Amino acid sequence: MATVSSQPTPLEQLGSRTIGMISTLGDLISFCGQLALWMTTTYPRKRLLVPTFYQIGVRSVPVVAITGTFIGMVLAVQAYNQFAQMGLQTRLGSVINVSLVTELGPVLAATMLAGRIGGAMAAEIGTMKVTEQVDALRCLGVNPIRYLVVPRFLACVVLIPLLTVMADFMGVIGGALVSIKIMKIDAFYYWMHSRGFVGLWEVFTGLFKSLFFGAEIAIISCHRGFRSGAGAEGVGRSATEAFVYSFIAILASDFMLGILLNGIYNLIWPGQSASIGN
Amino acid sequence: METPKQPLIRIEQLGVRFGSQTVLRDIDISVNRGDTLAIIGESGCGKTVLLKTIMSLVSPTKGRVVFDDLEFVKLRERELAKQRLRFGFVFQQAALFDSLTIYENVAFALREHTNLPESEIRDRVRDRLNEVGLSTQIVTKKPAELSGGMRKRVGLARALMMEPEVVLYDEPTTGLDPIMSDVINELIIGTRERHGVTSIVVTHDMKSALKIANKIVMLYPIARLGEEDSQILFKGPPEAIESFDDQRVVQFVRGEARDRIQEMTNNETATTRKRATSSSESGAVDSTVEERDAS
Repeated sequence: MATVSSQPTPLEQLGSRTIGMISTLGDLISFCGQLALWMTTTYPRKRLLVPTFYQIGVRSVPVVAITGTFIGMVLAVQAYNQFAQMGLQTRLGSVINVSLVTELGPVLAATMLAGRIGGAMAAEIGTMKVTEQVDALRCLGVNPIRYLVVPRFLACVVLIPLLTVMADFMGVIGGALVSIKIMKIDAFYYWMHSRGFVGLWEVFTGLFKSLFFGAEIAIISCHRGFRSGAGAEGVGRSATEAFVYSFIAILASDFMLGILLNGIYNLIWPGQSASIGN
Repeated sequence: METPKQPLIRIEQLGVRFGSQTVLRDIDISVNRGDTLAIIGESGCGKTVLLKTIMSLVSPTKGRVVFDDLEFVKLRERELAKQRLRFGFVFQQAALFDSLTIYENVAFALREHTNLPESEIRDRVRDRLNEVGLSTQIVTKKPAELSGGMRKRVGLARALMMEPEVVLYDEPTTGLDPIMSDVINELIIGTRERHGVTSIVVTHDMKSALKIANKIVMLYPIARLGEEDSQILFKGPPEAIESFDDQRVVQFVRGEARDRIQEMTNNETATTRKRATSSSESGAVDSTVEERDAS
């Protein structure tokens, strides 16, 4: 009787994939453990930090500024008609700015940065791996996680919240320009309603989330780089995976952090509703 | 009375496997202080893996590597990093850090592990570059701006910066013209004489192996061996390899294809036939299922 033993059955494929996913997750957790160890036991040198901060922070300013501005402008254009039909156009400032600082600013800035920084980090580390530069680091008595990952992690955690502030600011300006200059909404009421809805809590929630987004981008992208396959194809795949996995992590953590922050808000100010997610 | 010479590096019953693929099997080699060992063998026989296992860049699945009574796999990360500085590793493609200049590459280990003033580091970088026949004019260049031979020499200069006891060379002459290959050979000999280092050179360049080594080990790919065969075909001084009577060694030393093309064609045909049989079998199963369904 003929049997087709060389072809894995769907059940075997499922099992193989599940084992692969669990193994990758375990590897990622071990990677995070090593990163935590090096973060707490050594301080990266200035000559390593400065270029990394420049690459990740300064070079990202234009793209983040443009992203932020357009988010604000698009929000104004899209929301105006609905609000105008109800005669609430002066309330536009509140909806634009609350959406910006709590959700769209942090999430879209992080998404943009996952593409710009995450892909580049994975490709750079992946190329270093396939050209034996990572092995060369080890041979020269330097731990690759300390040398390559710690500075990038610090840069992402410190600078992505700052870049989010920039995206928020440019979004506020963009939204205000469209609302006040093009839609002719009274500037006094626009800003008055904005002030009423955007408080310190809203700004804090956005920045708190961006801190996590920064950490996720750094860890996922560097991990993908270290696990890059051979050749140009392997490096290309790791760069793509860095962006896709970072994006999924950003969206998932945004949801979970939203629930957590709402819970904290209700705990601190019971009976009042936070503007985020409600 | 003179005490017997203790080997500096002992490789004992070493085995390395990646997944289901065995690369190294029961390797036993010892290297004395001051030796230059050439590990030769055709592509895919595990030469580079052996070199990386010595540095603990690859973990053995069996056996052990002992360096100066230390087993690297048992060391903690920081101690391992310290011990690795006793080695210099010259990579096949040099593996220079391409985001750094030549100066930063050569000065890398000194900057990371010492507190020497920059002027002292600059002097040492200059000395090392001069030693490998490079001028200090290249220090501001990036690795991509150099030729293959220059990159390899920078790689050697970088490997020598911490004054290692052992230098490992991974195919140092591959991809170089004959003159530059001989330059590298002379540098390997010069490095041994000047610094008294122990050298392990992985190569498939017989001319190079015969010139630089005082001991040669020849490995053979596991896929071509039987279950009980030793992976080491030859172990001994260079003058003995040319008169060695194992035809596999003779074929490699002389660089003869012999029946290899026919063998490769047969393998390819066998693989194609196997695939065809497999798909026709699956087709047969499918048609049987269809017939059964129809009936």
